[in-house]
Amino acid sequence: MEVRVQNIRKEFGRYPALEDVSLDIRSGELIALLGPSGSGKTTLLRLIAGLESPTEGTIFFGNEDASQKSVQQRNIGFVFQHYALFRHMTVLDNISFGLKVRPANRRPPAAEIRRRALDLLELVQLSGLEKRYPAQLSGGQRQRVALARAMAVEPNVLLLDEPFGALDAQVRKELRKWLREIHDRTGHTTVFVTHDQEEALELADRVVVMSKGAIEQVGTPDDIYDHPVSPFVYGFIGQSNCLDVTLAGGEIWFEDRPIGLRAANEPDGPATLYFRPHDIELLDGCGGCLAGLVTASRRVAGTRHLEVSLGGTQPSVEIELPPERASSTDHSRVAFRPTRWKLYREASDVAAASVQAQTSAIELAPTGT
Amino acid sequence: MALDTGSASNTTLPNLVKAATSETRLARATLIAVALGFVGLFLLLPLATVFIEAFRKGADEFLSALGDPETFSAILLTLTVAGIAVPLNLAFGVAAAWAIAKFEFKGKAFLTTLIDLPFSVSPVISGLVFVLLFGANNALGPILQSYGVQILFAVPGLVLATVFVTFPFVARELIPLMQEQGTSDEEAALSLGATGWQTFWHVTLPNIKWGLLYGVLLCNARAMGEFGAVSVVSGHIRGETNTMPLQVEILYNEYNFVAAFAVAALLALLALVTLILKTALELRYSHEIAASRSH
Ligand SMILES: Nc1ncnc2c1ncn2[C@@H]1O[C@H](COP(=O)(O)OP(=O)(O)O)[C@@H](O)[C@H]1O
Ligand SMILES: [Mg+2]
Repeated sequence: MEVRVQNIRKEFGRYPALEDVSLDIRSGELIALLGPSGSGKTTLLRLIAGLESPTEGTIFFGNEDASQKSVQQRNIGFVFQHYALFRHMTVLDNISFGLKVRPANRRPPAAEIRRRALDLLELVQLSGLEKRYPAQLSGGQRQRVALARAMAVEPNVLLLDEPFGALDAQVRKELRKWLREIHDRTGHTTVFVTHDQEEALELADRVVVMSKGAIEQVGTPDDIYDHPVSPFVYGFIGQSNCLDVTLAGGEIWFEDRPIGLRAANEPDGPATLYFRPHDIELLDGCGGCLAGLVTASRRVAGTRHLEVSLGGTQPSVEIELPPERASSTDHSRVAFRPTRWKLYREASDVAAASVQAQTSAIELAPTGT
Repeated sequence: MALDTGSASNTTLPNLVKAATSETRLARATLIAVALGFVGLFLLLPLATVFIEAFRKGADEFLSALGDPETFSAILLTLTVAGIAVPLNLAFGVAAAWAIAKFEFKGKAFLTTLIDLPFSVSPVISGLVFVLLFGANNALGPILQSYGVQILFAVPGLVLATVFVTFPFVARELIPLMQEQGTSDEEAALSLGATGWQTFWHVTLPNIKWGLLYGVLLCNARAMGEFGAVSVVSGHIRGETNTMPLQVEILYNEYNFVAAFAVAALLALLALVTLILKTALELRYSHEIAASRSH
């Protein structure tokens, strides 16, 4: 079911946890709420569920105003961060709970409830464990039971709060793939919360990046990674470097020299340059480039990460190179230039042209190798 | 700084290997002896004395002492008072613990402190409060009396005093348990469509049942054994308002030692049964209890 969140504001006491948040969730999509801890992800999820009520704003389920409905009436499936399985019930009883508590006129017969619970158990690949208690399951198994329990009521929307947060890395990876498969098979509209960008980018159809109680950007994983609309998103998603630079005559200057990048149509003044460690080309001579001393070098999987001190007061930047190219540069000077980059300007930096910087300033140079 | 690391290190090495918390054998033996000695001297010996005195003149004398009409009515009264007070405190305790553990509201800290009040106030004062409230010189007493309701020197007064004194047991057992468990189980049940009542019955109650049972057992033991507060409101009407502890005192003051100790032994037995019941349940369901604590 389609869910529309409109101009939601939520205050705890007098402190706002969410401010003017609007979001359209499409029917059948798998969408991630991504953001650092405390950015309001859980609060938004709980508001959709009806576990909290908004201070202002409305939430629509389809064309119906759900804001006035209680959590029971909304018919959602919620998977809690720490599963919240009923510890005194067996796995089977946990999964059947939502059907068993229905009023008699909507409750399926006992045999039907059992059959559906067993089907779900098979779907989450836990057949044979129906008589176990939650304490007798591993973390990953508990998570699957929690999901099966939430799906048993055939929810309008499935809401998952940090579904893999408490699991170790290996299990996380497996469950991630598995959740995607389940979603593709069942087609539930699903919203999940995570602070792990890798998880969000890999799993979701669309990602909602949140920060400080507001939505920064909504887009496909490609959008979010390749076209971040704000410095926050650029910095939060993936690795990035940021440098304070100056614009003069359409050229980007770092400290006292131009670095060979052009930003035409941009008024002069200070700006911040963002680029990713892998989006650079090494240069031999330096007639307009960034140059500095390699201070540290680490091997990370298939690439080598070099930390480069550019001198002055700026923090050092990190660049990524194929290991064979990097070996020659250890503890020596390197010269390089970003091949993909982005400029962000504060409103105070430039009176007029602050926002269009995001579109006008991006420049994709062909990779030089 | 220079350190002599010659032979010294060889001799200190075994000490380092020993667990940091282990004591010498002597210290351990002493501590255990002291603990056992204390328990024996201050708990077991007096308890044994009660039973020995009760059966000094044989089982027949013991049974006939308990069969005495006044004593028998005291036993009935105690069971009645506990039978009313314990369920009341069960309901109050669950409600209070629920409110404190699961909601945020103004005056919560005050309520938490208030629950402990009966523990910190002397039982005599607890009884006196009701005498002052319902006494002949107070507004409430005569009004109720004109409707034919007798509070003081009657069962209602005894129940009130007992409820007051035993109020904290259930609530105090449940508050930390419910706080630790949080509200997500309840939220899960609600999100699955359960009503508030279904949530309480199928989720909350099973989660707290062991704590609740301990609270009720302790509450019951105290309700049957309470002396001070009950003594103040009872009026000591023979065969009518004397509970078992009060009856023990009366018999004792009349030098009727066998009867006094017989009633005392019965009281002690009730307490022991409570303890044994608790331990037996703990052993029988230790697995489930552990699961309900951690998860
Ligand atoms: N029940 C609550 N009472 C008071 N403040 C809360 C409550 N829940 C959340 N907050 C506050 O709202 C903000 C957002 O919290 P949350 O939605 O849990 O963030 P996230 O899930 O992104 O880590 C935080 O600053 C948090 O302290
Ligand atoms: Mg959260």
